[in-house]
Amino acid sequence: MTPLPRWADVVLLPFLNVALAFLIGGLIVLSVGQNPLQAVGIMLYGAFGYGSGFGYTLYYTTDFIFAGLAVSLAYHAGLFNIGPEGQAYVGGLGVILIGLALNGMHWALVFPLMIVCGALFGAAWAFVPGYLQAKRGSHVVITTIMFNFIAVSMMGYIISRILKPEGVNSDESAPLDAITRVPQLRSFIELFKNSPVNLTFFLAIGALFLVYWLIWRTKFGYKVRAVGNNPVAARYAGISTQKTIMVIMALAGAFAAMVAVNNVGGVQGRLILNFVNGAGFVGIAVAFMGKGHPIGVGLSALLFGMLYQGGQELAFQMPGITREMIVTIQALVILFTGAMGDMMRGPLSRMFFQPDAPAGDK
Amino acid sequence: MDQILVDITLILDSTVRLAVPLILASLAGLYSERSGIIDIGLEGKLLAGAFAAAAMSAVTGSAWLGLLAGIGAALVFSGIHGLASINFKGNQTISGVALNFLAAGLTTFLGQSWFRRGGYTPQLSGDQRFNPITLPFAEELRDVPVLGQIYGELISGHNIITYVAFIAVPVTAWVLFRSRFGLRLRAVGENPKAIDTAGISVTRLRYQALIITAVLVGIGGAYLSIAQSAGFNNNMSAGRGYIALAALIFAKWRPGPALLVCLMFGFLDAVQFRIQGQVFPIIGEVPVQAIQALPYILTVVLLAGFIGRAVAPKAIGVPYTKER
Amino acid sequence: MTGLNPTNEQRSSGAAASALAIELVGINKHFGPVHANKDIHLAVKRGTVHGIVGENGAGKSTLMSILYGFYTADSGTIHVDGVAHKITDSRHALALGIGMVHQHFMLVDNFTVLENVVLGAEDSALLTPTLNRARGHLKDLARDYGLDIDPDAIVGNLSVGQQQRVEILKALYRGAETLILDEPTGVLTPAEADHLFRILGKLRAEGKTIILITHKLREIMAITDEVSVMRQGEMVETLPTAETSPEHLAELMVGRRVLLRVEKGAAKPGKVLLEVENLVVTDDFGTPRVKGVNFQVRAGEIVGIAGVAGNGQSELLESISGMRDQKSGTIRVHGNALKISGDDGADRARSAGLAHVPEDRLRMGLVTKFNAWENAILGYQDSYGEGPALDISAARDAAREYMKKFDVRPADLDLKTANFSGGNQQKLVLAREMERDPEVLIVGQPTRGVDIGAIEFIHNQIIKMRDAGKAILLVSVELDEIRSLSDRILVIFDGQIVGEADPATADETELGLRMTGSHADNVETDPGTLPEHETPVDQTLVEMSPKDNSGRDTN
Repeated sequence: MTPLPRWADVVLLPFLNVALAFLIGGLIVLSVGQNPLQAVGIMLYGAFGYGSGFGYTLYYTTDFIFAGLAVSLAYHAGLFNIGPEGQAYVGGLGVILIGLALNGMHWALVFPLMIVCGALFGAAWAFVPGYLQAKRGSHVVITTIMFNFIAVSMMGYIISRILKPEGVNSDESAPLDAITRVPQLRSFIELFKNSPVNLTFFLAIGALFLVYWLIWRTKFGYKVRAVGNNPVAARYAGISTQKTIMVIMALAGAFAAMVAVNNVGGVQGRLILNFVNGAGFVGIAVAFMGKGHPIGVGLSALLFGMLYQGGQELAFQMPGITREMIVTIQALVILFTGAMGDMMRGPLSRMFFQPDAPAGDK
Repeated sequence: MDQILVDITLILDSTVRLAVPLILASLAGLYSERSGIIDIGLEGKLLAGAFAAAAMSAVTGSAWLGLLAGIGAALVFSGIHGLASINFKGNQTISGVALNFLAAGLTTFLGQSWFRRGGYTPQLSGDQRFNPITLPFAEELRDVPVLGQIYGELISGHNIITYVAFIAVPVTAWVLFRSRFGLRLRAVGENPKAIDTAGISVTRLRYQALIITAVLVGIGGAYLSIAQSAGFNNNMSAGRGYIALAALIFAKWRPGPALLVCLMFGFLDAVQFRIQGQVFPIIGEVPVQAIQALPYILTVVLLAGFIGRAVAPKAIGVPYTKER
Repeated sequence: MTGLNPTNEQRSSGAAASALAIELVGINKHFGPVHANKDIHLAVKRGTVHGIVGENGAGKSTLMSILYGFYTADSGTIHVDGVAHKITDSRHALALGIGMVHQHFMLVDNFTVLENVVLGAEDSALLTPTLNRARGHLKDLARDYGLDIDPDAIVGNLSVGQQQRVEILKALYRGAETLILDEPTGVLTPAEADHLFRILGKLRAEGKTIILITHKLREIMAITDEVSVMRQGEMVETLPTAETSPEHLAELMVGRRVLLRVEKGAAKPGKVLLEVENLVVTDDFGTPRVKGVNFQVRAGEIVGIAGVAGNGQSELLESISGMRDQKSGTIRVHGNALKISGDDGADRARSAGLAHVPEDRLRMGLVTKFNAWENAILGYQDSYGEGPALDISAARDAAREYMKKFDVRPADLDLKTANFSGGNQQKLVLAREMERDPEVLIVGQPTRGVDIGAIEFIHNQIIKMRDAGKAILLVSVELDEIRSLSDRILVIFDGQIVGEADPATADETELGLRMTGSHADNVETDPGTLPEHETPVDQTLVEMSPKDNSGRDTN
């Protein structure tokens, strides 16, 4: 097949795939007798139309950037990390432990430590599947799925049996003092009213730059991409595939754990059951849609942030539509950009090269 | 003494009930994976089947039509999976993951749109469900010690799908190891080129496998919503598709062992609430979460090759391309 | 070559004994831009063993896959027993009585012999009666053709030779009258090859037609009645085996290509830089591919390894370059033994002063999704920049310089490597490996898929390296290339160095014979480099061959 021009490959094809996903999503909305265009209007207003809505959009975006990066990092090494959900959950343990240990201290001191400690816990949780893949050949897809479930049980036990203080009814840890929590942006910027977006948002923006630097500007990133694109050539180049896989999985887990900093450190101020709430899984759609590139991941995360916040608004205004429509869109995006990403490559390629078909044969 | 017997019978009885969807989903996955197609999407198909069955049954009042709808929904999902992984030669894992989200999103969304009950379907009763069947003489034999108890409580008194699930195991074993189709199915998952050079269509064979997968997992979904429960609720598959996948791996893709592993996982599920708070000698108190996590931990340990090796069908996950 | 047809038609109208089992007319097949079969005509007489010889990539396997219905020809017709057929798939071919034993067996490893044999040819939906009937049939076949094998053995546990017998049984079970064997002895031990040829003899005696694809001339001489030679996708000639000789066939196979003249002075060999001692290397399946190889390469000389592809060259290169663990033996660079273990051994080999131009640049030497500049540092990534950051401007500078020096076009650092032509990709690899001033350079197939202009340039660069006092090990299946570049030639066959020759005096046909396992014994050999045991394949073949008329006399 004739290769597509670069712009078509990088922009047009993904755009068409995403458009197809949204088109089918729209048809599904239409099929239950609702107006998809009206729904889009409500969602846009809900996500960007007023300060607190916008704040919520950015809050969701923060989660999705980290989860998207956790999937993308592994994908650059040719691995499909389905585990950010569990990695973020376990990362929450690191965040709350350091937070409670230093409870009452100023957030400026605790925030960086939450990042480090959360990252360590998330990295450890992701390292095990990485190690098993590298050394024992256990498929990282299955092991990360299993580790998500194991994380649910383990964290459930830790929260309800160890961290839960005496005399508290719900399953959650002791709360952090206000001064120790990651400050929310509404305390600096009036606009965000009562939305939960906090300083972690800037950490997410920083993470996008960091990942760009790591993957495209360092020796390690070079090795990761070599392993992901051509393991035989990586071996030829003297790059250890095993080492690369283990390190990149640990890194992915560390990034996933930043979802915990956002939620445990910045929003709830305590460790509650199942606080990740699917954000890790959204990361899969974000990563595929963004083709693993930080710019793409940032934009996709914003889109999904908008969908999640706008979907909330939608559920209020159009009772026939639930927020789960977003999960459907998420699924369609994964399907068309991930599993069937090359479906339109053939027709597109023929469209581009039809006029001078014989030349394409050479 | 009698109380212990009653307790044991009750636990075993709920073991059976809890194992049924696992057995059906495991066998379903067996056909797909034996044909060389990874089926991460079992969870989604189970959920979609459950929803379609409950919705159809609620609307038509017939459990049987509900069952057909459950199978139909699973067929649609299998069709998408086949399209992505057989025709477009896409990534089977990603396709399966997408299907799981699709089911999670669509069932809740359509449920709310159609029934406006926050994702629940209406409560089902009477003929809208598959009700327990009392086997012959169950009542008469009730007074026979031990055996009567076992027959009456454990063997009799389940719904038809339960019996279907248990019959499906030997049938699958027979199909797999005693029929021409089974021979070809096993071959295409190991070495599709051997099938192709023997003049048999790899594509057709794999679609046939996906159809059987859909039928079984659709029945499993229907069991959840219109046999075990009286209606659908959000995410009611609750990871059972993944557990079934784990059971399949644990059973090394064989039907008999899959039954045993599913029963074991069902048993773990059944006892977890009974042992809550109980203190055992030597080991002390066993947290319920440890038992919940056990199937997953065991699967990881197995995959890592620390207890035997789970060798998957050799060609699994690789789209078949003929030309070089 | 088209002249063959009328002749054959005349023959077929004559005696029934020479009736054609198979006739291919004007077969063409493309794989993307590769024209694998060019207007092929082939006539195979019933009840004969018909050999098809040619170098790797000559199009033999493609042609046979078309006959077997595994690929469909772009154009051309297939006649079976004089009737034209459009063979659409393998099932169709099987129904016409054509069976094939593929080079890589099409067997299901965890099935029994019996299950493999009946797969796809089951006579009922129930397995047990099918298998029981097949068991009886199999017993008959085994008796008739000496294909003795336990029907209940698991195929994965069988030796390669036994697996091949299962493949033959599969074809016979389906009623094959014409049997195609694709490189059947490539994977066999000498004893197994011996056994195979006895079986083929029996099959012929029973009236079956056999098409034997091989690049080993000795086998052709030993068993075939007629032989067709293919070269670069074309059918060169078909001859009765009795009227030809290995020398003639080798010439037809390799072709009388214009010898590329490379200007080079006499070598001034210095001290030993690369030393290989008793090296044994296995492939991914644990089969030994390099079987106790010894040689040395000195500073300022090019040592060429001549051989037909698949005789252990790839494994030899991969082992020396640190990509593949050696089973036993020693590799020394500059007197220091290389410790190759783990999956980053290539890094240690490079640190020791060794550079490697791999045989297959797309599979190994390049990450085709990378830009040109990224591939220009592959393997040397750690030397660009201090600390974790990659010094991209240094890397780009280096790439720019390489591309200018080696005239890589287009000189676009940011072009995806997949979009360069083969020759320019190869120049990029060569520049990368040569410009870092290694002590030892090992080069595999330096000009494969490269246009004429680039070939000359690449050859001159290799000579320049030699004159700069580097030790160069060259592996190529192109005999011309080996002859024009090397200062010494080692001939590899079946994982062993079977001889050494002086390129100035070596005769091309002579070399061709040795590469194909003939005449291994009348070559002047360096006792130091010759393995202790001779290549037994030849001897067994010679002993059993009824009509061999060449190599045997030299004993």
